[in-house]
Amino acid sequence: MRVPLSWLREYVDLPAGLTGRELAAELIAAGLEVETVDAAGADLTGPLVIGKVLAIEELTEFKKPIRWCQVDVGNPEPQNLICGARNFGVGDVVAVVLPGAVLPGGFAVGARQTYGKLSEGMICSMREMGIGDDHDGILVLPADTPIGADAIELLGLRDDVLDIAVTPDRGYCLSIRGVAREAAIAYGLPFRDPAAVELPADGAESYPAAIADPAACDRFVLREVRGLDPAAKTPLWMQVRLHRAGMRPVSLAVDVTNYLMLELGQPLHAFDRTKLTGPIVVRRAAPGEQLETLDHVKRALDPEDILITDDSGAISMAGTMGGLTTEIDGSSTDMVIEAAHFDEIGIARMVRRHRLHSEASYRFERGVDRELPLQASYRAVRLLAELGGAQVVPGLTHAQAPVPPVTVAIRADHPDRVAGVAYGRETVLKRLSEVGCAVRGEDVLIVTPPSWRPDLTDPNDLAEEVIRLEGYDNIPVRRPRSVAGRGLTPGQRLRRRTGRALAGAGYVEVLNYPFVSERDWDALQLPADDARRGALRLANPLSDDEPLLRTTLLPGLFRAAVRNIGRGSADLALFETGLVYRPRPGAPSRSPRLGVDRRPTAAELATIEAALPDQPYRVAVVLTGDREPAGWWGPSRPAGWADAVEAARTVAREASAEVTVTADQHAPWHPGRCAALHVGDTLLGHAGELHPRVIQAYGLPPRTCAMELELSRLDPGFTVQAGHLSTYPVATRDVALIVDAPVAAASVEAALRAGAGDLLESIRLFDVYTGEQVGEGRKSLAYALRFRAPDRTLTAEETTASRDAAVAEATRRTGAALRA
Amino acid sequence: MSAPNKSYDPVEVSSLQPDELDQARDEALAAIAAAGSLEALKETRLAHTGDRSPLALANREIGALPPAARAEAGKRIGAARGAVAQALKTRQAELEEERDQRVLVEEAVDVTLPWDRAPRGARHPLTTMQERMADVFLSMGFEIAEGPEIEAEWFNFDALNFKPDHPARTMQDTFFVESEDTGVVLRTHTSPVQARALLSRELPVYVVALGKTFRTDELDATHTPVFHQMEGLAVDEGLTMADLKGAIDAFVTGLFGGHLPVRLRPSYFPFTEPSAEVDMQCFVCRGASIELGAEPCRTCGSEGWIEIGGCGMVNPRVLTAAGVDPERYSGWAFGLGVERTLMFRHGVKDMHDMVEGDIRFTLPFGMEI
Repeated sequence: MRVPLSWLREYVDLPAGLTGRELAAELIAAGLEVETVDAAGADLTGPLVIGKVLAIEELTEFKKPIRWCQVDVGNPEPQNLICGARNFGVGDVVAVVLPGAVLPGGFAVGARQTYGKLSEGMICSMREMGIGDDHDGILVLPADTPIGADAIELLGLRDDVLDIAVTPDRGYCLSIRGVAREAAIAYGLPFRDPAAVELPADGAESYPAAIADPAACDRFVLREVRGLDPAAKTPLWMQVRLHRAGMRPVSLAVDVTNYLMLELGQPLHAFDRTKLTGPIVVRRAAPGEQLETLDHVKRALDPEDILITDDSGAISMAGTMGGLTTEIDGSSTDMVIEAAHFDEIGIARMVRRHRLHSEASYRFERGVDRELPLQASYRAVRLLAELGGAQVVPGLTHAQAPVPPVTVAIRADHPDRVAGVAYGRETVLKRLSEVGCAVRGEDVLIVTPPSWRPDLTDPNDLAEEVIRLEGYDNIPVRRPRSVAGRGLTPGQRLRRRTGRALAGAGYVEVLNYPFVSERDWDALQLPADDARRGALRLANPLSDDEPLLRTTLLPGLFRAAVRNIGRGSADLALFETGLVYRPRPGAPSRSPRLGVDRRPTAAELATIEAALPDQPYRVAVVLTGDREPAGWWGPSRPAGWADAVEAARTVAREASAEVTVTADQHAPWHPGRCAALHVGDTLLGHAGELHPRVIQAYGLPPRTCAMELELSRLDPGFTVQAGHLSTYPVATRDVALIVDAPVAAASVEAALRAGAGDLLESIRLFDVYTGEQVGEGRKSLAYALRFRAPDRTLTAEETTASRDAAVAEATRRTGAALRA
Repeated sequence: MSAPNKSYDPVEVSSLQPDELDQARDEALAAIAAAGSLEALKETRLAHTGDRSPLALANREIGALPPAARAEAGKRIGAARGAVAQALKTRQAELEEERDQRVLVEEAVDVTLPWDRAPRGARHPLTTMQERMADVFLSMGFEIAEGPEIEAEWFNFDALNFKPDHPARTMQDTFFVESEDTGVVLRTHTSPVQARALLSRELPVYVVALGKTFRTDELDATHTPVFHQMEGLAVDEGLTMADLKGAIDAFVTGLFGGHLPVRLRPSYFPFTEPSAEVDMQCFVCRGASIELGAEPCRTCGSEGWIEIGGCGMVNPRVLTAAGVDPERYSGWAFGLGVERTLMFRHGVKDMHDMVEGDIRFTLPFGMEI
């Protein structure tokens, strides 16, 4: 809502020197979100005066017709001016800017030689003076405008305009009336209500109308004018105000309805009376009904739509947009003015259904004063009479449905208890009265909110009125009371450690959008029956390319890697932690919308949860390029599948869990370079090198590696137990075992551990050899075994016996032979 | 070699003569001084203090002296041997020092060589910023409450007093899951966690919720469809707006240090009543930039204040929907956008930098923020 300060001043006697910024500060403190204050014309300096055209000479020797004019600006000598516009004649009154002036936008005006003449200034258009968009011609003023007068003052070229983002609860502030009331309260000044007009006696009924659905409309008022002069122009002052408020002047009839909507907050609609057939009825749409609206769109109407209709059918979508068939046009003289109060929800639904937003619907959705239609419609016909020569048809049509009165009971000390401030009953009464409430009662106040405040329904709403007007700044600060919290949960701590551990291991965290595409499933080489293809779909995705919600973190990571590579970072280790979304098989397709007047039962809550997907927490990494760069120390080490597996171990270690690695074949990994990661019997995820086709599909460098595991499957609730530290010496034995190439090192190690018994302290694979010495299809695995007893120094015989037992078990399980 | 003291040799051996002894000592001292290396010194030591050295021999002869002469001879020989031993020790130290000097110089390396061998990692500043914010609340005794990102409309809107078809509901441009009438959405704010916490926890409730939220805004310099919020909630007996202000003060101090003034401006949220926007004084210019002619402040746009979030007293209707008796309990809620906070606290200019995953953006933030 754009609010010119000069317009407010018409209804509140604000201090003379008050600036828009000063007023804005007060209104912000009262709860109006003033976003900007536009000091229109602040950079304008005169002289800019009213002049009368005395003579015009047409200069024809130029590419376009030019006029050489003499204009009386109140000086002894007329002003000589060059003008390119042609919409004026001798005797017309115009605005002239004289040398030395600066027009809005910093345009300095001087006397200058042009078209072979010395032009001593310029005749101005509305746009040049910053009061309109019209630049087709210069502004011609009424003949009785005083010659030589200061046009800046006279035409209101300087004004501060407050742009207010009105919150949805304050529909009444979508009007000069509402903002002026707030300004009056802020400065403790009287407020003159622009709606307070004396209405004539009702008299005869005007154009016939009836409300068929009282739930759709509880007040419907029509008044009529006849004989409007179609050529009548909107006066300049109204045009300027509309411009300042951000609306374009159209025609007198339209401008008057817009002007009153801005001033009062009551949307109005004007019908061409000659285009109406039969009585008007406010009703819901019939099945299959259509209407072509003013924006030339044919709309299929919904049976819930609220319509204004006559015998011809729908003629307007209530409070939203008029129909084309009854539109007023350049020759309309007889009009029916509609002012009504429609159901907020009905309008809101219609707006959303048809995606049809208008200034009118915007106000109806936020609540319009139900008591305004009589006054607003009367002011409309009076203005059309004054400005357009119309005759007001006596009488009016007033259809209405009864509305129960709203009262709110509130303890007199309720605002005190909400704010933590002792306001006292008198202050509460004063503030509630200021906002227009009628209040009675002693300890418990029975409050009747004013008709323009449908948002005031609860005790806390009223408390807020008192507290905001007393000033949020005047609420004291109370130090937080201390509460005994239990700190982070084990799961929350594990998530923090996971991020720290991966970052410590050289991974950089990325946070990707969780939106993916069906094409990702093919790019990932997922089999047709892979559960990850069963992703949830957004009804209204930002991009039709990515309508699905991720079931894996990998596509986002791949795209982030490609983006980084494209920007020159080729050596990458990225990680992401976050939720994936897994629909539950057999889940209900809808989550019920329970009531809110009580706590839902456990069973009701379960029905809500049942429709939600599983949302487990995952962690994933992607690696490409060098894990260690080449340097003066030696060559680089490219990132490989083992780094990806190690990333899983890094994460699992944070949960004190030991990962068991087994070979697996699982998309999107390379079938020969894919590790399944288990803790106990629980599958955590997979790691390894990506499938070459996946790498190609995402445009990743060859040999890119990745890991993804489900952090939710790690048990964060562990307690590490300290071990016994033997101080006896360690005994070491190295063994080299030859096995068939496909035998997994992990199974050899497991066999060695099992065979070595309790004396084994640790085991470490320190070499893998393939080649002639071990034969085709075989490999040699070299292990360092460390033995130690808790209570004695081991003898050489004991150590050797344990080593032999270990080798024997490896031989038994894996066919390993001790290398000679 | 003479046997000790079986008989007395009436003639003193020559080596015990004072001038002989002085000569042996002086020769030893000269040789020690002349030793140019640790190896040479070792030989010198052997020659002048070893078993066959004149001083050692002389020492051995003392026993053969008549008792009357023993003390005097022992004293002289002891002094000579002591002088030699001291000279050896001193020279040994000198030569070791020389060797160390030489070797350590030879072993010098160029310590300015770069060692960027181990890859550097970092956590995303949006993650660490959330942890930092959570820590401020945790230090006040709050706990972290959680909720799903794909959320039921009942939790996201209804339970928070967003009435059906109210404009407030359409203000938060919502992603709907599957269709507009499944009742399932991507949560538009962290506030559904309020309702979940009140339903699942014992009163009083002091929690903070953080995490991803979603609205259908296209990505541009200041908007992103996926963003993060933080929200504190306290529900207890007797809480007032004074407690709310106290908690916000503590939060701002915890996150920005100092004692920056905070102001509340009346506003509207369906789930709080009364509601307010929260501004804090600019931590860079401390409000000085609003003065005429002052240096402009890029952090606050010379407004002097920075809008940090929204807050209010929990709407009693929210308490009712969660089964909390609003006659007995009251509460406050305070929430803010994590991206916005990161932008003004760390001078991030463009939202793209936070969502694109460019490691050049993230690396400087390290492990904590």
